[in-house]
Amino acid sequence: MESARKPLSVFKNLSAKIASVPMILTALVVFVGGTAWTVLHSFTGSRLLPKLKFVGFDQYERLWSTRRWLVSIENLAIYGVCSLILTLSIGFFLAALLDRKIRGEAVFRTIFLYPFALSFVVTGLAWQWILNPDFGIQNTVRSLGWQSFTFDPLNNPDIVIFGILIAGLWQGTGLIMVIMLAGLRGIDEDIWKATRVDGIPTWKTYIRVIIPMMRPVFITALVLIASGIIKLYDLVVAQTNGGPGIASEVPAKYVINYMFRAQNLGQGFAASTMMLVSVIIILVPWAYLEFGGKKRD
Amino acid sequence: MLYGTLLVVSLYYLLPLYVMVVTSLKGMPEIRLGNIFSPPVEVTLEPWVKAWAEACTGINCDGLSRGFWNSVQILIPSVILSIAVASVNGYALANWKFRGSELFFTILIIGAFIPYQTMLYPLVIILREIGLMGKLGGLVLVHTVFGMPILTLLFRNYFAAIPEELFKAARIDGAGFWGIYFRIMLPMSLPIFVVAIILQVTGIWNDFLFGVIYTKPDTYPMTVQLNNIVNSVQGIKEYNVNMAATLLTGLVPLIIYFVSGKLFVRGIAAGAVKG
Amino acid sequence: MDTNIAIKNLDLSFGAINVLQDLNLDVAKGEFLVLLGSSGCGKSTLLNCIAGLLDVTDGQIHIGGRNVTWEEPSNRGIGMVFQSYALYPQMTVEGNLSFGLKNAGVSREQITEKVAQAAKTLQIEPLLKRKPRALSGGQRQRVAIGRALVRDVEVFLFDEPLSNLDAKLRAELRVEIKQLHQTLGNTMIYVTHDQIEAMTLADRIAIMKGGKILQLDTPNQIYNRPANKYVAEFIGSPTMNFFDGTLSGTAFSCPQGDFSVEGYEFAATPSAGATLLGIRPEHILTGDQAATAQVRLPATVDLVEPLGSDTLVRCDVAGQSVWARLDGQTPIEPGADLPLGFNANLVNLFSKTSENRL
Repeated sequence: MESARKPLSVFKNLSAKIASVPMILTALVVFVGGTAWTVLHSFTGSRLLPKLKFVGFDQYERLWSTRRWLVSIENLAIYGVCSLILTLSIGFFLAALLDRKIRGEAVFRTIFLYPFALSFVVTGLAWQWILNPDFGIQNTVRSLGWQSFTFDPLNNPDIVIFGILIAGLWQGTGLIMVIMLAGLRGIDEDIWKATRVDGIPTWKTYIRVIIPMMRPVFITALVLIASGIIKLYDLVVAQTNGGPGIASEVPAKYVINYMFRAQNLGQGFAASTMMLVSVIIILVPWAYLEFGGKKRD
Repeated sequence: MLYGTLLVVSLYYLLPLYVMVVTSLKGMPEIRLGNIFSPPVEVTLEPWVKAWAEACTGINCDGLSRGFWNSVQILIPSVILSIAVASVNGYALANWKFRGSELFFTILIIGAFIPYQTMLYPLVIILREIGLMGKLGGLVLVHTVFGMPILTLLFRNYFAAIPEELFKAARIDGAGFWGIYFRIMLPMSLPIFVVAIILQVTGIWNDFLFGVIYTKPDTYPMTVQLNNIVNSVQGIKEYNVNMAATLLTGLVPLIIYFVSGKLFVRGIAAGAVKG
Repeated sequence: MDTNIAIKNLDLSFGAINVLQDLNLDVAKGEFLVLLGSSGCGKSTLLNCIAGLLDVTDGQIHIGGRNVTWEEPSNRGIGMVFQSYALYPQMTVEGNLSFGLKNAGVSREQITEKVAQAAKTLQIEPLLKRKPRALSGGQRQRVAIGRALVRDVEVFLFDEPLSNLDAKLRAELRVEIKQLHQTLGNTMIYVTHDQIEAMTLADRIAIMKGGKILQLDTPNQIYNRPANKYVAEFIGSPTMNFFDGTLSGTAFSCPQGDFSVEGYEFAATPSAGATLLGIRPEHILTGDQAATAQVRLPATVDLVEPLGSDTLVRCDVAGQSVWARLDGQTPIEPGADLPLGFNANLVNLFSKTSENRL
């Protein structure tokens, strides 16, 4: 009888395997294969077309001696650090305000979160207009009588990245607020009651009790913000297109420019590999702390 | 004090929207004279009409409407395909585990953290090989691929939370892989499909990077066309038209956001918490 | 014995963990077998293997004389009832009952007929058009049983079907299931951790621990002649009292006293050595009966738990706690002297090293 024999393991669960083909192809071909292909070709002298003519670390040497790349890295570092600190603190601050059992919570939450529904392009263009020196904030303040007021970040190479930061914070803090709020709501009401009974002031409760309890939420938020920072591209393109000059260039834009505009594929591959390396440097310690020792389910 | 702080913060968040709206309703002379915060003296809808039907990108002067329809054509198949594929994947991962399925899933999730830049060019080659480079179908595929990690996670977690005994009962009742998916799981999973649709519609509509790379000027999605209109260096800057165009592009996700409310929050929270 | 289900050398392991080990089990046609054990003992796993919901690592499963080890669950001639009822929430009761028949390609007329018949048997006819969420727990479980009933199967599998119900309903449905078994005469395998369900329902009980069957016997034998210390402790509440001593011939000596176990039915030739003597609280005698008992122990009452129908008393016997079940009408206070006694024909002797019955 046929069913008496153990079926071949390939045919077991066959429908599930067929249904998983898109996932398997995506995982293996695009994610693993594509990444490996790019890393491999970053060691070649590919220009208009990818060629397997290896040049060792030449592309990386050129990369790190290109001013545009160095500016990109510097911008990303400034934007990254500021964005991390400010998004986390503003997000938590807003969530804590909304968690104080206020009236109209839904209205405020809707207001804080709506920018997140908008694309970076829309965000960038809106803030480009508000920060326009001839019509925007600078002009408005001057017309109020303060003639020497200067606030023109988008045309000042020294502070242009902060102009982008303002827009980025406007778009992204709502999301972190929502996550923080969910975290705060997850904290047992009895904790608040206990600290009230013990006579601990509210601010101290937040710092000593609530924030430590929300560690996983903070980590989630951190990973989320960090992976958003490295992708920073559309916002810069829309708001400043890297200008003035190359003052607001970022790595993601550098990669696209070299790959698809300057027809220097090797440079683009090397730059994107550097982005990958930086992600690994951030993620591996985190993954180790989170999952190290524990078995993943 | 509490409410005062909240109101001041609200102002920061509301200001850009307000400025965009009032600018888009003013004529150019009024913009040159007044400041951007003052409400329009004379309300005009002309900038909106111009943005929709006449604004120029390069030599084309048929307005944002072309980008809008391109985006619609990209959006609908992308949303359907990405959700169909990911929901079946999630279902297989939750209920029909096989040797290696968890490994592929882990790769998929790790892949969500890899910068897109390292996979952009290989995808160009793949699309060129299968003849979809520069075509809408190619972009649909790209959205399906990059939407897969988060959506698969979303569906896998949802299906895994459905009591296993239900699945067992269906197997005893003789339903197979597809039978259980369509007859048992799908009817129970409407909320998560709505969440996924919200997530994908906003995500795909707002996409700029993939649109720039995988389409050609006449198939550019709305975001790319918007950027080209506003940041074009030729001609006189028509700020009112630009703001009308910007608002038009933001309208679809904004409407979804205001209509879906709690579900949107749930969607991004679900997407975020484990992504 | 007309065997209906035969399980041969069944092994199941997840990675390095062996959940079931070399398990053999024969179930007769029409038998009501209960798999009993604490959580994690492998009883539900075994049931899932029989149902075909888990792939076995090694061994064979035969149902109705057919090797179904690698057969689809729906082709094994089984019906299954789950703890959480597992009713399809979006289908009506009728839809739930007919889903399996539809999948099997049964004609519409036949489906209607079978559903009506099952509904009549279970008295759920007025509920047919309702959705599961509009039903009470007891009604849901009836529908779940009906789902197995319509499929005309030889074997019913129950996976803790009453655990989600409150005590009163549980007792009611227990009777109904027993009634159903008497009416239908199907083979039934019933998994539970509740010893009362096991004792009341089963023709035979299989007590499981660590993926093995420790004892497979009638409820009477399981209660009166437990095969080892684990089974002895598992069945009965409060649990059996044990005296730790040594046996030589029929003479047992422990710190609480030395006495003869003359009259005990040894399972094999008795061997001398370290021995545990077990006696159930309900077999401990007091008052006049204690005075004439074969073994007599002086004791002091330590704690009293009146249950109404009877009273549980914890006594101190030379430094050891001994539970006794007394008539509910006897007035008794902690601190009182209460001489205890028991007869050797009701004791259980276990080797201290192997913990097996002597």
